[in-house]
Amino acid sequence: MPAWLRRHSGLVPYLFLLPGGLWLIVFFVIPLITTASVSLQEGTLATGFRLTFNFGIFPEAIARWDDQLIRSLQYGLIVTVLAMLIGYPMAYTIAFRGGRYKNILLLLVIMPFFTSFIIRTISWKFILADQGFFLGTLKDIGIVDQGFRLLATPVAVISGITYNFLPFVVLPLYVALERIDPKLIEAATDLYASRFQAFLRVTLPLSISGVFAASLLSFIPAVGDYLNAELLGSRNETMIGNVIQRLFLVNRDYPEAAALSLILMVGILVSIFLYVRLLRGQELTV
Amino acid sequence: MAAPTSLPDRRRPIGSRLRSAILPVFTGLVVAYLFLPILVMAVFGFNDIQGRFNFTWQGFTLDHWANLFGRYPALNQSLINSLIVAVISTLVATTLGTLIGLALTRYEFRGRGPLNLLIFLPIATPEIVLGASLLALFVSAAVPLGLPTIVIAHIMFNISFVVVTVRARIAGFDRALEEAAMDLGADEWTTFRKVTFPLIFPGIMAAGLLAFALSIDDFVITQFTAGQTVTFPLWVYGASRIGVPPQVNVMGTLIFLIAMVGIVLWVVLQRRDMTARPTTMDR
Repeated sequence: MPAWLRRHSGLVPYLFLLPGGLWLIVFFVIPLITTASVSLQEGTLATGFRLTFNFGIFPEAIARWDDQLIRSLQYGLIVTVLAMLIGYPMAYTIAFRGGRYKNILLLLVIMPFFTSFIIRTISWKFILADQGFFLGTLKDIGIVDQGFRLLATPVAVISGITYNFLPFVVLPLYVALERIDPKLIEAATDLYASRFQAFLRVTLPLSISGVFAASLLSFIPAVGDYLNAELLGSRNETMIGNVIQRLFLVNRDYPEAAALSLILMVGILVSIFLYVRLLRGQELTV
Repeated sequence: MAAPTSLPDRRRPIGSRLRSAILPVFTGLVVAYLFLPILVMAVFGFNDIQGRFNFTWQGFTLDHWANLFGRYPALNQSLINSLIVAVISTLVATTLGTLIGLALTRYEFRGRGPLNLLIFLPIATPEIVLGASLLALFVSAAVPLGLPTIVIAHIMFNISFVVVTVRARIAGFDRALEEAAMDLGADEWTTFRKVTFPLIFPGIMAAGLLAFALSIDDFVITQFTAGQTVTFPLWVYGASRIGVPPQVNVMGTLIFLIAMVGIVLWVVLQRRDMTARPTTMDR
């Protein structure tokens, strides 16, 4: 360590923080500020954009894209609940019944990540296709009506998003459940709680931190997702992400796209805030 | 004849046996669900397709494995781009993130609260907002889009993940080991090099692997910051509109297999490490 640093050793942590912190400020904080400024501009790509403090864009954008905004929130909530219903029993099984297969089971949960997100989604498109090998076979046998389709329905989009984010739900739930001492559950059953009561009053409250992390890790990316809606859905399943993407990259309507990004971000932060308060209340009553 | 101390599994009432099978069977089904699209991807890499669409099975061929790199030069270039972006962004993000992780766990300083927020927020922000706001910045500042802007974006979203991973590792680390080294006459730099760094290295490796995986697979943020440059996920996405060639299935399968082999090697090495440790201690 050079002598001048030794004399000012209080500076060391700041030197460590400086490069990474600056990177986040320049390429995360400043872009958000730029987005806010762009949303208040008016103009077109040809004539250029001028800052006019057009706050009216926010109510306008919400009114114009209310269907997509509401649908994104709905899909996000449904996906989170579904992923929890599938992921919780699975994490529970791995944590309490996994035995020596624990690590292998965990590996199986994260292994889908070894193939590209987009290839997996396209694979679902194969599987769900009207005349694909799955529905096609069912139709040939006659189990399913010829006109029946899964692709281009909300079912396809919601199951696609759930599929993508399920591992994000299982891992934090597993971490929280793993930490629980099985003796606590035994104690509850010894005190005449049924196994279901023991789960409800001991296991579930003790794993609430995992439930919290898991639901955020599925809700946030699910609300902002647009790839599943684009590949597996139709015009009737368009989410707010699709709108932002199209406005930004195709229509080049930067102000409205920027306004919608901010609306999405604020919407998510408000949802998280409400959710934190709800869970806090829960903890007090349990 | 000794009486059995507890009822063997076979003799338990059938209802209870069924009930205890529910969770494992359910878990097995979920694993099958997780692997179904990957299996489909692998199988359709062998499909002898007629025309552009790879939707129905038309016969077995090894043709696409043989002509993996020959048919689509743009696909090869996209893979190279993805690798360049992943390698550079992993190296830079891992370095910057590890430094922040060290500062957060080993030093007292002002401004810890805002810093934690600065690290948490990029993780809590949907990718589309990260990508869109970077595009807003680049457009406003008239920065031309291309490989450099993709790398900048990937470093940005990877830093937070590296900090979180490295911090978890350093937090569970015994400071007495460093003090012991200092007591034995090592200066701060030697202590860091010989004690601290080797101990936190597994955490840094894990963070680096995570950053690499996130970078090479990223679609959303890349789409916003790429301009005319095409990475592997972007190429696949573009191809999906006109029919994904089976070469993509083959590449997906290969990447999956390489990752599997890597994991198996890593597990084997770790096992050996663990069994080796007690013998060196005995000596």
